[in-house]
Parts: sequence; structure tokens; C-alpha cells
Amino acid sequence: MLVLGLVIGFPLLGFLVLLAFGKRIGDPGAGWVGTIAIALSFVAAVVTWILLLSKHAGQRTQVLRLFQWIHAGGFHVNITFRADPLSVVMMLFVTGVAALIHLYSIGYMKRDARFHQFFVYLNLFVFSMLVLVTANNLPLTFLGWEGVGACSYWLISFWFERPSAASAGKKAFIINRIGDMGFMLGTFLVFENLHSVSYSQVLPAAHRLPAGTAEAIALLFFLAAAGKSAQLPLFTWLLDAMEGPTPVSALIHAATMVTAGVYLMARLSPILALAHAASTTIAIIGVVTAFVAAMAATSQTDIKKIVAFSTVSQLGYMMLGIGTGAYVAAIFLMVTHAFYKALIFLSSGSVIHSLDSEQSIRRMGALAKLMPITAWTMIIAWLSIAGVPPFSGFFSKGSILEDAFGRNELLWVVGVVTALLTAYYMGRLVFVVFYGKPRWQEVTKGHEPHESPRIMTIPLIVLAVAAAVAGLLNLPYSGLRFLHNWLSPVFGSALVSYHLSASEKVLLPATDAVVALLGVVIAWRLWRNHSERKALEPTVLLKGWYLDSFYDRTFARGGTALAKFGDRVVDPTIIDGAVGGVAWLFRWVGGLGRKVQSGLVRSYLLIMVGGIVVMLAYVLVSAAR
Amino acid sequence: MSIPGSWYLVVAALLFGLGAFGVLTRRNVIVMFMSVELMLNAVNLTFVTYARMLNDVGGQVAVFFVLVVAAAEVVVGLGIIVAIFRHRATVTVDDISSLKG
Amino acid sequence: MIATVISVPQLIVFIVSVVIIAIGGVGLLSARYPVHAALFLVMTLFGVAVLFIEEGAEFLAAVQVVVYAGAVVVLFLFVIMLLGVDREEITSFAGDTVRVALAGVGVALILAELFIVATGAWVTGAHAVAGKLSAGSNIGVLARSVFTTYLLPFELTAALLVIAVVGAVILSRRMSGVAQPRAHESREV
Repeated sequence: MLVLGLVIGFPLLGFLVLLAFGKRIGDPGAGWVGTIAIALSFVAAVVTWILLLSKHAGQRTQVLRLFQWIHAGGFHVNITFRADPLSVVMMLFVTGVAALIHLYSIGYMKRDARFHQFFVYLNLFVFSMLVLVTANNLPLTFLGWEGVGACSYWLISFWFERPSAASAGKKAFIINRIGDMGFMLGTFLVFENLHSVSYSQVLPAAHRLPAGTAEAIALLFFLAAAGKSAQLPLFTWLLDAMEGPTPVSALIHAATMVTAGVYLMARLSPILALAHAASTTIAIIGVVTAFVAAMAATSQTDIKKIVAFSTVSQLGYMMLGIGTGAYVAAIFLMVTHAFYKALIFLSSGSVIHSLDSEQSIRRMGALAKLMPITAWTMIIAWLSIAGVPPFSGFFSKGSILEDAFGRNELLWVVGVVTALLTAYYMGRLVFVVFYGKPRWQEVTKGHEPHESPRIMTIPLIVLAVAAAVAGLLNLPYSGLRFLHNWLSPVFGSALVSYHLSASEKVLLPATDAVVALLGVVIAWRLWRNHSERKALEPTVLLKGWYLDSFYDRTFARGGTALAKFGDRVVDPTIIDGAVGGVAWLFRWVGGLGRKVQSGLVRSYLLIMVGGIVVMLAYVLVSAAR
Repeated sequence: MSIPGSWYLVVAALLFGLGAFGVLTRRNVIVMFMSVELMLNAVNLTFVTYARMLNDVGGQVAVFFVLVVAAAEVVVGLGIIVAIFRHRATVTVDDISSLKG
Repeated sequence: MIATVISVPQLIVFIVSVVIIAIGGVGLLSARYPVHAALFLVMTLFGVAVLFIEEGAEFLAAVQVVVYAGAVVVLFLFVIMLLGVDREEITSFAGDTVRVALAGVGVALILAELFIVATGAWVTGAHAVAGKLSAGSNIGVLARSVFTTYLLPFELTAALLVIAVVGAVILSRRMSGVAQPRAHESREV
């Protein structure tokens, strides 16, 4: 499986080349180097896929062992990569979407002062992400997990001259630490119980786990996933992450990195299958996240914030799928989401780019005529995410909702309401930005916004096509469920299939379609000619349910108060007291010793005489014995 | 019959005590030095006494070497005293306390 | 019982020399002027030399008189003269009572312990390592031992004496220079 090494190797090579020579290659050469590295990686991923396709369904798990990494007692970790249907799907869409976003970035980041550095981080990110999805053991996955986290931090605070960008990067990093703690504790529990951290050994042996332990492991890993995949209550970092350049938001905070949590849960499906309570918890948190984020998205005025809340909402859907055991549906949604969400972000970026970095939708409007490609691709993405048939979202979201219905009707109701909201808030975005009256004159100072250069529109078109037709991957008709057939050997018995009656099989998709169209129509009626409706944009939703200010009040201010307490009380008295006390103790003892060092020779002699007395006494006593 | 060795040893011990007391109580460096010579002589007397008691010439050889070393010691010691006196104009030990901690 | 064993002349010589030693020692301790102390030292050294003869160490007695009473004490006197012969020392123990008392206790303890050692019957392991004392004339026996068994230490004493002489010369020469260290030396470090 050496070609698997190439998939991971090309981004690493690109990273190293850019790190060493990036500055010399400069703009736009560095961008092309990065893009070609990722494109080659995509080609290698396709080759890997074809190689796996040529094998029998049961033998599609291939392992590439490079070398031993850690060996301590009974604890072994090897650098081993795994090519199986799940990781190949991840590889394909990560490299594919990343290649398009790299291409787009060449245009978007043009004339940026640190152009080459952007691609250094981007290539390192793709490398880390590929390590994450192909690693064959938990520590190596964690390495990739932390790698994408670090790249995310660097890229969010890429424009660190802005204080808000710098602090957003820190916020993302710190909140993700909470999740990382769950990841590590989960890994420890797995090793404690199964004496291995390798997927090849852990996953087949998962059934040996006691039920309670399985629940604990599942919840700990879900904590990790909730951090990375921005679930309640840890999603606030993703909104601040929009401070990064828009291609970063598209690649990392929409299409790839945030799906790492979903991937992790899918990878650990044999453990999850044993943990019923944990699965239910995941499903509930997922659907609540989806609903809460969708509500918040309806009131945002920053175009990227809308999309960010939408991402959180979609990730909630994926977690709902994970929680109900619909792993294939979750992965399916992940793939289609990667296409249409990357597209939405890149289209937004195109708009922002042409409006001199303006992000408020209040100062946009009537851009459809001026930027036709951007507008049309955005509309396709909107229809996809809304779930309007026959675009991809209809099939992927539909399969999630079907399984949710099979599990519990209440989950399905919340999911459907969220779907309505999704169609509505994306419709609001499209109508306010591309239709209505132009409100951007102030921003552009006279000149008209124009369509982005071809290097940016080509990725848009490619992604638009993908977003439109990705539903073909897994049509709900027997014989056409390609993704299901491809992935089901990976999940095996963990994959839950619910039996729906024939009428339900017709009614559920019909409901989805009606709800999606309803959302579109409502948005059209409300926002076609308006850019502001106070009644529909309550402050509580604009502020994201005040979750951020709640964290600020409790944890941030609490932490500050604690730090102040430490600074004012603990440090001067206890710490300094201890340090000073030790110094004082030694000075005191030294002071006692100083008295002996009087400098008077006769005192020294007196002490010497004492020594002689003792020595003679010793001779006498030892001789007398 | 000659006088028993233990008598000499007692005399030597007394002489040693006198010397030690002198070193400990006198303030003049030169007098302290002389007291040290007394102590050396006491030890020499012990050596000679044991040489006789044990019929071993080694004791006398040791005294021989002690005498040589004592001569050298006196030369260097008095040299130091002269140097200190030149430097500080005193031969009183209590005034020479540069090593005070 | 003792009188029957010990010959009277020897006893008289012993007592006289012990008295001389005692007067010398106590005098040294109580002399107010260093010159007097030096003269008392000569007295003691003579007494010890007599005891050496009594114990059959004629050569050492001679060396004691020549080197000690002669050279060393003369050296002491030279230094005393050099530093001022009339320099009086406070010999009263006032203000120094604690130290003197401690010194007295320490010395008394040493004496007590030494008396036990002196009067006890001590048997050491090795007899006549360097040769028997009664093998011939004192000076011959000593010379044979020094020039054979202890030849190397003997030669080393020569080096020691040379070093002492050189050291004394340097001490008395350089001190005047050290008193005013030259400025450029310290700067070149």
C-alpha cells in the first residue's frame, strides 16, 4: 500500500519545500507548489481507492507500517497508516476539496504580505488531516488531531495584526484543549481495558469491553469530538474562527477539520455500538446543536457568521446520525456538506473579496447581476444545503432524518424544524446579498464590484457541480446505494438499520422536500426586498444565545478572578513566602555558622582542642573494649 | 635500673598541656609559636620514651624528622609573622581576623 | 618500692630536669615580654635534652641543643628584636575568662586522657620495625636507619629545607609589594 504513503507524503513534501524555499518562490509560485502537492495527493488517493476497489469487499483494509514510534514496556505505538473504505472516503474528499481551495487561495490571498506562509500552513494542515484520517492507532490520530488544531490556530490568527484575530486563534486552541482531554482520557481507558491502542486490535476486540466502560469511552471521545466538531456546549470557538482568511474558513472550519470529530466517532463505531446511553446522548446533543445553531443563524448580519452557525448546525446533523447509528448517513452528509459548505464559504469569500473585505450583509445587495458566477454557485449551494431535490443535501440530510425517525419521532421533528430553518436562513443570505437594492456604495467608494478572477471562479464551478450531483453517491434505491455498500463492511454490525414502512419511505422524503421549499418560499417573501427586520432578528439570537457572554462571565472572569487572587494573595504570601522562607532559613543557619568563623585563631584552636579530646577519648574507649 | 617510661610519658603529657594552654591563652603570635614548640618537644619526648620502651630506633628517627620539619616550620612561620607585621603592624592574633565569616 | 628499683643518681637527674622543664614551661606561659618567653623556652629545651640523654638518645639531645636551643631560639630572638623588643603583651585573663576557662577544661581533659595512656600497659603490634635500638652505639644505629630504611624521607627533608628557605625569602620580599598592588596588573586580568 505504498501509494497510501504518497497520499500523505505529497502534502508533507509540499510543506517542507514551501518551508525551505517558500519565500524565494513567492507569490504566486508558492501557491502553485502547494496546490500541485495537494492535487498529486488527490490523484494518489484516487489510485488508492481504485486499488481497494479491485479487492474483495472483506479485504479492503490495508495497513502501511512505517516504523516503530513509541515502545515503553507493554505499550507499543507504530507509525502505521490504514487504508480502508472509510479512510479512503475521507482522503478523497479532504484532498479534493483542499486542492480546489488551494487553487482558490492563490487568487484570494494575492498580494498578501505572508502569501507563502499561508500555503505552508495550508499544506501542513492537509498533511495533519490526512494523518488524522489514515492513522491506524489512537495516538497517531491524536497527532493529526493536534496537528490540525495547531494549523487551525495559526490560520485563524493569520492576520494576527488584528487583536480580534489573535484572540480568536487562542480561543479556538483553548476550547479544543477541553476536547483533547477527553481524547487522551479515552485513549487511556482503551489501553487500560484492551491493552492496545491500534485500531486493528481494538476495534475487533471492542465487544470485550464492559458496558459501563464502553459508555465512558464513548462519552470521552464524544467530548473530544464536541470540541473539534463544534457541538454544544463547545461550539463558540468556531464563530470566532471566522477571523481567519475565508479560504481557511472554507477548508478547515467547514469542510474538513471540523468533521474530524464525526470521523472519530465513525471510526470508533464498534465501541459506540455498545454504548446505548452515550449514543442517545450524542443524538440529543447533535439535534439540539443543529436546532440552536440554526436559530442563531437566522439573525446574524455577518455573512461569515451565518455560514459558521450553519456549519455548526450541519455538524449537529452529522452527530445526530452518529448517535442513531446511521454512520453511513453521517459520512454521506459529511461529504456532501464538504462540497456545498466549501462552496458557500468560497462564494462568500468571493463577495467579500470584491467588496474590499466587507462582511456585513446589510452593506451588500443586488450583486447577482455583477457577480453572476458567484451568485449562481451560491444559489446551487443554498438549494443543496436546504435539501431541495434533487440537490445533494436532499439525499444526505434525508437519510439522516429517516434514521432519526426510526430511532425516535421527537428527534425527527426537531430535525425537520431545523431543516426548515436551514432553508430559511440560507435563503435570507442569498436574497439579502444578491438581490434587493445595492447598499455597497459606501464600501466600494464609487466603483462597482466585479466578478472574481477565474482562478477563484473555477473552484466555485467545480464545487457547484459536485454539490449538485453528490447525491448520486448514495441514492436511496437498492443497487444505487454506492456509499452504503462501500462503507458497510467497515461498520459491520455497528451500523443500525431501521425498518420503515412503505408509506413512511415515501412520506418522509416528501416532507423533507416540502419543508425545504417552504423555507425557500418564506425567505423569498420576507427578504426579497428587505435587508433588515428587527422582529425577526432578536438580539438573543444575534448574540448566539448569549453562550459566549455566559462563558465570559463565568469561566473567563472566574479565571481572571482566580488569577488575580493568585497574583495578589497566593503569590506574595505563599509562593514568595516559601521562597523567601527558604532563603531566610539558610541565612539563619548560615548566621549560626558564621559565629563559628570568628576569624580569631584562638577560637579555632579551642575547637581543635575539643577535637583532640574527643579523638583521644575514642582511642581510650576502643582500646578498653 | 632506669626510671620507668611512664614517668617520662607523664612529664611529656604535662609539657604538652602547658604548650596547649599557652597556645590557647596567649595573644602574642610569637609566644604562641613558642608554645607550639613546647608541644612539639613534648611529642618528641614521647617518641624517644617509646623508642626506649619498645627497643625500636624508629621513634628516634621520627624525632629526627620532627626536628628537621620544626626547623623549617619555624623559618616559614616567622617569615609569615614578619610579613604580617609589616602589613598590619601588629603581632596580636585577635587583631588578625581577616577570615571572619 | 620505687626507690629500691631506681638508682638514686638517675632519679636526681630526672627530678632536676623535670623541675627545669616545669619552670621553663610555666615561665614561658606567664612571661610578659616575648624575650623572656624565649629564654624560658631555651630552659625547657635544655631540660628535655637532658631527658633525651637519660633515655639514651645522645644524638638527638645534641641536635636538640644545637638546632633548637641554638638556631631556632636565636631565630625567635631575631624576630622579636626586629619587631620591637619592648612590645608588652596583656597577659591578664580579664575579659577573656570564658575562653581561658574553656581552654583550661580542654587541656585538663587532654591531660587526664594522656595520663591514662601513659600509665596504662600498652602493647603495640610491631616491635623493632626500624631496627633494634640496642644494636650498637646510638648514633650508629640512628645513622644506619636514616640512611637505609628512611633514606627517601631523609632526602626529602633536604628539599623541604630548601623550600622553607626560598619561602621565607619570598615572604619577606613580596609582602611590601603586595601592600600596594600595581594598578596595571589587576586591569590586565
